[in-house]
Amino acid sequence: MGENITLGRALNIGLRRAMEDDPKVLLMGEDIGKLGGVFRVTDGLQKDFGEDRVIDTPLAESGIIGTAVGLAIRGYRPVCEIQFDGFVFPAYDQIVTQVAKMHQRTRGKVKMPIVIRIPYGGGIGAVEHHSESPEAYFAHTPGLKVVSPSNPQDAFWMIQQAIACDDPIVFFEPKRRYHDKAEVDTSAPLSAAPQHLFSATVAHSGTDATLLCYGPMVKTCVTAAAAAKEEGRSLEVVDLRTLSPLDMAPIIASTRKTGRVIVVHEAQGSLGMGAELAARITEECFYDLEAPVLRVTGFDTPYPPSRFEEDYLPDLDRVLDGVDRAFGF
Amino acid sequence: MSLHYVTPEPVPDMVQLLTPEGQRVDNPEFEWTFTDDEIRGLYRDLAIVRRIDVEAMALQRQGELGIWASCLGQEAAQIGSGRALSPNDMAFPTYRETGVAWCRGIDPLDLTAAWRGLNYGGWDPIEKKFNLYTIVIGSQTLHAVGYAMGVQKDHADDAVIAYFGDGASSQGDVNEAFIFAASYDAPVVFFCQNNQYAISEPFSRQSRVPLYHRAEGFGFRGIRVDGNDVLACLAVTRYALEECRTGNGPVLVEAYTYRMSAHTSNDDPTRYRLAAEVEEWTLRDPIERVKAYLVRNGHVTQSFFDEIDAEGNEIATRLRAGTLAMEPPALEEMFDWAYAEQTDLLTKQRKDFVDYKASFVSEEA
Ligand SMILES: Cc1ncc(C[n+]2csc(CCOP(=O)(O)OP(=O)(O)O)c2C)c(N)n1
Repeated sequence: MGENITLGRALNIGLRRAMEDDPKVLLMGEDIGKLGGVFRVTDGLQKDFGEDRVIDTPLAESGIIGTAVGLAIRGYRPVCEIQFDGFVFPAYDQIVTQVAKMHQRTRGKVKMPIVIRIPYGGGIGAVEHHSESPEAYFAHTPGLKVVSPSNPQDAFWMIQQAIACDDPIVFFEPKRRYHDKAEVDTSAPLSAAPQHLFSATVAHSGTDATLLCYGPMVKTCVTAAAAAKEEGRSLEVVDLRTLSPLDMAPIIASTRKTGRVIVVHEAQGSLGMGAELAARITEECFYDLEAPVLRVTGFDTPYPPSRFEEDYLPDLDRVLDGVDRAFGF
Repeated sequence: MSLHYVTPEPVPDMVQLLTPEGQRVDNPEFEWTFTDDEIRGLYRDLAIVRRIDVEAMALQRQGELGIWASCLGQEAAQIGSGRALSPNDMAFPTYRETGVAWCRGIDPLDLTAAWRGLNYGGWDPIEKKFNLYTIVIGSQTLHAVGYAMGVQKDHADDAVIAYFGDGASSQGDVNEAFIFAASYDAPVVFFCQNNQYAISEPFSRQSRVPLYHRAEGFGFRGIRVDGNDVLACLAVTRYALEECRTGNGPVLVEAYTYRMSAHTSNDDPTRYRLAAEVEEWTLRDPIERVKAYLVRNGHVTQSFFDEIDAEGNEIATRLRAGTLAMEPPALEEMFDWAYAEQTDLLTKQRKDFVDYKASFVSEEA
């Protein structure tokens, strides 16, 4: 039994639950109080939990993450909102040099249970620095965990699991899916979460080829699978959910089943998540492959002005074109 | 929690040369004479920039622009400072500097093109002496300091001006810009438009002290000016630029003003500010006070205002028609400018993608 809610609302309810469950959980970020965040994900939380727990910060990302480090050392569990993907870089130093390494440096004496929420990805017609997919920078950093929900159900559970996790987590929210709706059982306790946070899942099962994707591209790939079915091709869609660590078992299982893999993501193709997946699959499933692992991604250019974005972003046609190429081998 | 509203304090140490009622007043340090012609020219600038802003906002509301950052209420700060610049002075804007852009001779269509999502800003920053807009808060203040260090090395007497907001003053980059500028005595004017808000965050969230006080801690002069007084903004910026030219820079100018509109067309200011506050600031409208002055002392008749209205309408009509007529950019352009020396990878991606797109056209044909 559930409620039909948007992904944004699911995050909001998830955050509320985490704050109710643990008084050490704090939210921090720009405009998250009265405004409820520019995407309204924190709507109403300051009203109910007060300015001490839903902290409107000065406009300074390094400041947000750097002070979160101190709060974590002091025993708090900060959940930081970065307003848009392109604005995480002033905080990048703190995230990769401090947050990511503290546990290792202190041999586990200091934990960094920090969640860094970042609305990411394109498709909303925004200006520069508002549509980027910087996940590979973070996934490349040892000490960080990186996840991305693709639907309201996962958003609701994953945000709570991320907050409960003792490792620092970069939590990428697919901003163009904020308004997508689905049934979510918001009354179940966290212990009833249907899945482990760091696990991949099959979003659509099939037998002929595998689409590997996450976040905003899952919906695109599921749509592509439906279209392919009409043409007589059965595509499996694996939603990674976790980018670091990667949950390889379901990826390997699907590869063995279909023999053809196409990785789909919005970020630039070169040296990114797709490259990592292709390498891992090649290492572990070399003899199961009927074709090389292919990538359908954004181009290796800066994210373009919005009039170009429809062409930049992988869409149904480009995904299906990738599938065709995989069958061409 | 209720929205709390504090009547804006009359700030005693704020430079003002024209009161909200349109009275000319003197300031002991910034004695400045303006010819009637000059004041009429400033009025024209203010009125036309407002007209451009209103038209662009309307275009956004009709879905023709992705977003628009209005400068409504900040025209005096922008025109005053913009008109203080000499042709060779270099300006580093943020993203709502319509008035400064106007002073630098940027075609307003170049602004709407960027907000329409066609490019990142189409003008030539070197030729126009107006850098492209910078969306990442505060970054451009460091660029301005670096440019100013270059001016110094060239033994030139150009000055540099960096625009930023009150919120930006919290960024590391802005504080690092202050340090570098002070440390090298770089000829740069830091022009902060304190419009009281960084999206929803009031100025009190960024600073416990008036912003211009900060300069002292970094070792240079800070001046607060009535940002709704175009004469004071012009005089103070001229003074600050002159300080730079004579080797005494940097200077921080805090233009104390108010954002009359929403942060951008995506924002809902009713969530964080009260109508009474907006009304209070409406009484300090930067254009009305110049108008009041001109009516009383400027030797103008109604036809002067009518002509400017007509000119503004013409510009707005051109802006609308031009924006609507903008052609979508060529697909290939996405691949062409990422590098000065094109890479094999992008050459291939460009070709593959052009072929891919062409395959649809031939299927349809
Ligand atoms: C590094 C960075 N963080 C966040 C943002 C999102 N953002 C855009 S404008 C803005 C507020 C800026 O306020 P202020 O500096 O006072 O300038 P104003 O817009 O009021 O002119 C914010 C938070 C951004 N553009 N860059």
